[in-house]
Amino acid sequence: MPPDVRNEVKKPKKKKVLLMGKSGSGKSSMRSIIFSATIDIDLSHVKFLGNLTLNLWDCGGQEAFTENYLTQQRVHVFSNVGVLIYVFDIESRDVERDMATYVSIISAMVQYSPTAKVYVLIHKMDLITMHAREAVFVDRVRLVQQKTAEFTQASGFNSELDLIPFATSIWDQSLYKAWASIIHDLVPNLSVIESQLGSLGTIIEAEEILLFERTSFLVVSSWTSEEGLGNPTGDRQERMSNILKHFKQSISRFTGTPRNAEQFILMEHKAGPRFSMFVCKFTTNTYLMVVLPPGEARFNSARFNCQIARESFKFLDGPTPGQGQSGRA
Amino acid sequence: AAEQAPDGTAKGKPRLLLMGQRRSGKSSISSVVFHKLPPSETLFLESTARIQKDELPSFMDFQVWDFPGQIDIFENPTFDIDAMFGEIGALIWVIDAQDDYLEAVARLNVTILNLQRTYPNIKIEVFIHKVDGLSDDYKLDIQRDITIRIQDELSDNGFENAPVTFHLTSIYNHSIFEAFSKVIQKLIPRLGILEAMLTNLCRTCRFEKAYLFDVTSKIYIATDSAPADMTSYEICSDYIDVIIDVTEVYGSWPRSEKHREGLEGSPWNQKLEDQVASNWAESCMVLSDGNKPIILREVNKYLALVAIMKEDSYDKMPLVNINVEVVVQGLEEFFDITKPK
Ligand SMILES: Nc1nc2c(ncn2[C@@H]2O[C@H](COP(=O)(O)OP(=O)(O)OP(=O)(O)O)[C@@H](O)[C@H]2O)c(=O)[nH]1
Ligand SMILES: Nc1nc2c(ncn2[C@@H]2O[C@H](COP(=O)(O)OP(=O)(O)O)[C@@H](O)[C@H]2O)c(=O)[nH]1
Ligand SMILES: [Mg+2]
Repeated sequence: MPPDVRNEVKKPKKKKVLLMGKSGSGKSSMRSIIFSATIDIDLSHVKFLGNLTLNLWDCGGQEAFTENYLTQQRVHVFSNVGVLIYVFDIESRDVERDMATYVSIISAMVQYSPTAKVYVLIHKMDLITMHAREAVFVDRVRLVQQKTAEFTQASGFNSELDLIPFATSIWDQSLYKAWASIIHDLVPNLSVIESQLGSLGTIIEAEEILLFERTSFLVVSSWTSEEGLGNPTGDRQERMSNILKHFKQSISRFTGTPRNAEQFILMEHKAGPRFSMFVCKFTTNTYLMVVLPPGEARFNSARFNCQIARESFKFLDGPTPGQGQSGRA
Repeated sequence: AAEQAPDGTAKGKPRLLLMGQRRSGKSSISSVVFHKLPPSETLFLESTARIQKDELPSFMDFQVWDFPGQIDIFENPTFDIDAMFGEIGALIWVIDAQDDYLEAVARLNVTILNLQRTYPNIKIEVFIHKVDGLSDDYKLDIQRDITIRIQDELSDNGFENAPVTFHLTSIYNHSIFEAFSKVIQKLIPRLGILEAMLTNLCRTCRFEKAYLFDVTSKIYIATDSAPADMTSYEICSDYIDVIIDVTEVYGSWPRSEKHREGLEGSPWNQKLEDQVASNWAESCMVLSDGNKPIILREVNKYLALVAIMKEDSYDKMPLVNINVEVVVQGLEEFFDITKPK
């Protein structure tokens, strides 16, 4: 890599990711699926991508508690937020109050982390009949946007607040899709990684390359060759996430190690004259999956080249855990 | 879907008969093991009205017959008992462990006595089923109780050594596959040779455990002499799933002719077929836990060898592959020789 590119890469500041929503809206369920974290009441945060923490906060319901972090702890909770993920339960009986709670959160966000990205997850969509889903979703998103706009206008917040909405359910692939997009935005220096993946793929004659976040196995970046675009399986990224994550859990049962611990270093598969592939630990926070045309020599050379490439991807990982940590709530 | 075999075509193929009370779980078992139905979807299965005969093309073609719960084959004159039990095979009697099982046991006793008189070689496999959600103590209590009730009845009638075996099963975990593995293994001629081959392989390659799997059903048809435990079976069986799923995503569509030409050109200058080391799939996964590799090697269309290696043995893979290749050839010969003619 040329030295000027290296200099452009900024050291990312440690940012928080807040997962908020009313108690019972589905936050813990999501977290346990995406991060294979056990549902532990005491643990309100998960670490991922090495240096990011995901904090869970219940909003509404226990009023005294919400009051407390919206007032005394306001600075502490809402400073340095990179992403806010707000979960709405589609089945909620008191939409008006949900919106009021949401707006009070947004107001604190805008005050202390005005540049944070806001994801709005309309959750438990499986409870809505299939043919009404799209309409119900659009409707609820419109309401959230309207409440947000009303607030920003009234408070004189001078830039548009950009909401990114997703319809989700823990019972289908929609959750993976939403979270892949969230994680994608959180990986530091992604554009550099993406162009590097392309060069690597071309050199090693790969058909497809997927880069996974190591805890969640969500795809953060990918590259596909022209020939590879002919693969008729459209949802293969979500499927590969699912397959590898499932097996990770099997290994954890086998070895008796925690579900969210690292479980494997390498997987190789040579499917005779059909294709070859491997998945290997890549940088500190990622796994790399490479799909190749058949051939022993091609496989070995690709493995070797990825080994070398790892070095030039390494410094993109961002600060290592323990650096510039602030205390948690 | 179940296929009705035309009469007479199935001579010589081992036959597994699934019998038991209504709703005991027979159709669920057959759908989950042989047709990959997700266990939760068995809730929607309808009660079986007539015998479902399934032909399963496999390393050893066998048949599975799923009986309706309410029929009594010995009372019903339309059944040709001889055609049913004349072939080698096993009777699998399914008992719902979450229900009152006295009637099921009584009917099983009548059936065993009937069979013992005429077909003493038919293996009787009792699946004490739906044990998910039951405590370990309770499971063993039930198993003890059922065993005693059956053995008492048999010895009262003068049969001391009837071939009856008990299994605790559930479709919600690997226990049903484990039980079927043991049932099928009894039907394999000269199983001892297969086991010896695998035991040898484990010794020469320092494997912890090796299983020979029927890939479609994920039943293991042989293993080495080290004790089989559920956890090693599970990880090997789940690894097969990974390979099947990955192959479905990347191995099931044709690449273009032009692309292929490019791959066979410079710098390789070789036909793709000649660029690969083996025509059968070879896989390996190295676990973080002690750098322990798990390997998989296809033997033929139906069978795969899956083994767990000792710690830190990835470096020995080239040597291991050579040994595995030799064993795979041995296995091919074995199945060629023992195939029913
Ligand atoms: N908890 C639990 N339920 C099971 C298990 N196996 C089957 N079932 C349930 O038992 C019910 C009856 O299953 P079937 O497979 O239809 O039973 P059957 O023996 O074929 O019944 P008939 O065809 O009427 O003789 C279904 O609701 C299954 O979901 C099991 O291992 N555990
Ligand atoms: N139908 C449905 N139920 C869900 C979904 N996500 C979570 N739930 C259920 O909602 C309840 C509350 O979820 P939980 O994760 O504890 O919410 P939290 O309080 O926000 O952490 C649990 O009973 C979950 O099983 C979903 O997508 N669909
Ligand atoms: Mg049935």
